[in-house]
Amino acid sequence: MAKFITLRFLQGILVLLGIYAVTFFLVAATPGSPFSSERAIQPEILAQIEAFYGYDKPTSERFIASLGNILHGDFGPSAVYANRSVTDIIAESFPVSLKLGSISLAIALLLGIPAGIIAAVKKNTWLDYVPMSTAMAGICLPTFVMGPLLALVFGLIFAVLPVAGWFGPEFVVLPSATLGLYYAAYFARLTRGGMLEMLNQDWVRTARAKGVPERTIVWKHCLKGGLIPAITFLGPALAGIISGSFVVETIFQVPGLGQWFVKGALNRDDFLILGLTVLFASLIVLMNLLVDIAQVALNPRLKYD
Amino acid sequence: MALLEVKDLRTSFYTRDGVVRAVDGVSFSLDKGETLGIVGESGSGKSVTCYSLMRLIPEPPGRIDGGTAMFDGRDLLTMSKKELSKIRGNRISMIFQDPMTSLNPFLRISTQLIESLRLHYDVDKKTAINKAIAALEEVGIPEAAKRVHNYPHEFSGGMRQRVMIAMALITEPDLLIADEPTTALDVTVQAQIMDIIKKRQEDLGTAVILITHDLGVVAGTCDKVNVMYGGRMMESGTAEQVFYEAKHPYTRSLQKTIPSLQTKGEELYTIPGLPPDVSKPIHGCAFYPRCPYPKTGKPEGDRPELVEMADGHCYADCGFCDSSAPIETVLAKTDSPDEAIETGAAE
Repeated sequence: MAKFITLRFLQGILVLLGIYAVTFFLVAATPGSPFSSERAIQPEILAQIEAFYGYDKPTSERFIASLGNILHGDFGPSAVYANRSVTDIIAESFPVSLKLGSISLAIALLLGIPAGIIAAVKKNTWLDYVPMSTAMAGICLPTFVMGPLLALVFGLIFAVLPVAGWFGPEFVVLPSATLGLYYAAYFARLTRGGMLEMLNQDWVRTARAKGVPERTIVWKHCLKGGLIPAITFLGPALAGIISGSFVVETIFQVPGLGQWFVKGALNRDDFLILGLTVLFASLIVLMNLLVDIAQVALNPRLKYD
Repeated sequence: MALLEVKDLRTSFYTRDGVVRAVDGVSFSLDKGETLGIVGESGSGKSVTCYSLMRLIPEPPGRIDGGTAMFDGRDLLTMSKKELSKIRGNRISMIFQDPMTSLNPFLRISTQLIESLRLHYDVDKKTAINKAIAALEEVGIPEAAKRVHNYPHEFSGGMRQRVMIAMALITEPDLLIADEPTTALDVTVQAQIMDIIKKRQEDLGTAVILITHDLGVVAGTCDKVNVMYGGRMMESGTAEQVFYEAKHPYTRSLQKTIPSLQTKGEELYTIPGLPPDVSKPIHGCAFYPRCPYPKTGKPEGDRPELVEMADGHCYADCGFCDSSAPIETVLAKTDSPDEAIETGAAE
């Protein structure tokens, strides 16, 4: 297992290096620069700014320098927001997204997985139809509809929760519900599918023939295998959910990471783009590694190699 | 009193395309320690009969429409789920056709082996594991103490079927239902598996219902034989009666298909035509369209009842074919259906 993790870890580093290189040269090849603006800047000042950020050197040299910095944990300065480094921006907004994301994920799992199991066990009854059509609606309803809807109902009509902002525990409810319900819908459908597949297997008939009660068949015989699709989806979902959702954060004015993905790109803030890309890619790689480990733990037919 | 007495069992599947009467009035009985073979083509209702006894028919679409199955004085078909779960895996066990899919790949062999023991008896885990190891040794698994903790995918098909047998017999049941236990295995392993079932049956005094296509296996192991066709029994009796004094044209045709009884080098005999569609009403004898015997008329009305001809030997006689003719001459005379199929295929 140690060998498996080391190997996958090294693979992950290679993937990250690749992603970094591609992003860097794509950004460098994009016309314009972070310092071009509608206002004409005197050439000397522009040259000075460019020298400050290292843009006077050739691209390849800049690549090696920035790679060296990143390996030291330094994502560089923001090219747009003076006196703020990319690390500052991430340190400020990532915890917010992490908090929102973890709560959303908890909602998604605690709601979605039990709903999926119940729907599979009670197939073709109202315990299946009601949660599953709700889940289908949840998948079809984009967060930019769901969010304002929740804000309208609970923020304005019942006026029990703040509509937007990020100042205390009550401000977490609506954005995490919006994000959580969306993912809950996916988890419910995936879990139902996985459980149904397990419940239709021949070995379930064997277990019934042994006199095993239905409850034990679900928990002991089917749950492990039935969760595999949901676990597989958990990797990318986890990375996406904790690195912030631009839509949900914008609707509820949450000062999370999501907004910076958009601002960085619109402002041509090269260092910010690269920093966020590395962060997001690392999360994906890490989560996929965790999912792979979980899958081997769940499925004895898989081995660490 | 018989151990198991099945009377007029009827099981249907209510599908979108109509009602499939998979088992349409089957009666038989089985004594302690006896072996009953159920033979017939695919779709004749053999497996559904046995699944119905264990109430393992998926409902819906399936439903047991009627009949009784008295096991030790109690009706398996109407008893409560709770009572039934005390019998399943304890007093009646089952072995299934495909050992590759009948064991749970997510659980260790040990977990699956001791499951019914722990469910039905008050034994601690350690005793149960020791019993499981002994059970694996009984069915000839080498290094049982070590291998008991393996997962099913670490076993070959033949070994998995041995595990299934060990698992089914670990509670020393009164009745073992074996649903084509050797069909999915290769020929070299088939004989071993049958020997193990036979040996364990002798050790434990278990009654066995053996569902199979293999008439050779039936002749070698069974005391009694039921021949099924289109959801009904066509003939039943002792193995000797059914094999040496076969009355029903279907039984005789089945015997004719045994490869080892056919002349070497010649094309193997197959019964022409297809088994009946049991989702449509059947008038008269279900085998009539495929019957190779000389006809004296077309049977109509209800399907012929199973009638006792001599000392426990029953057969469903439609009365419209001359079954006294020796089968060889009959089959030699009526090759026409076969030819019709051949020419049809050639076109």
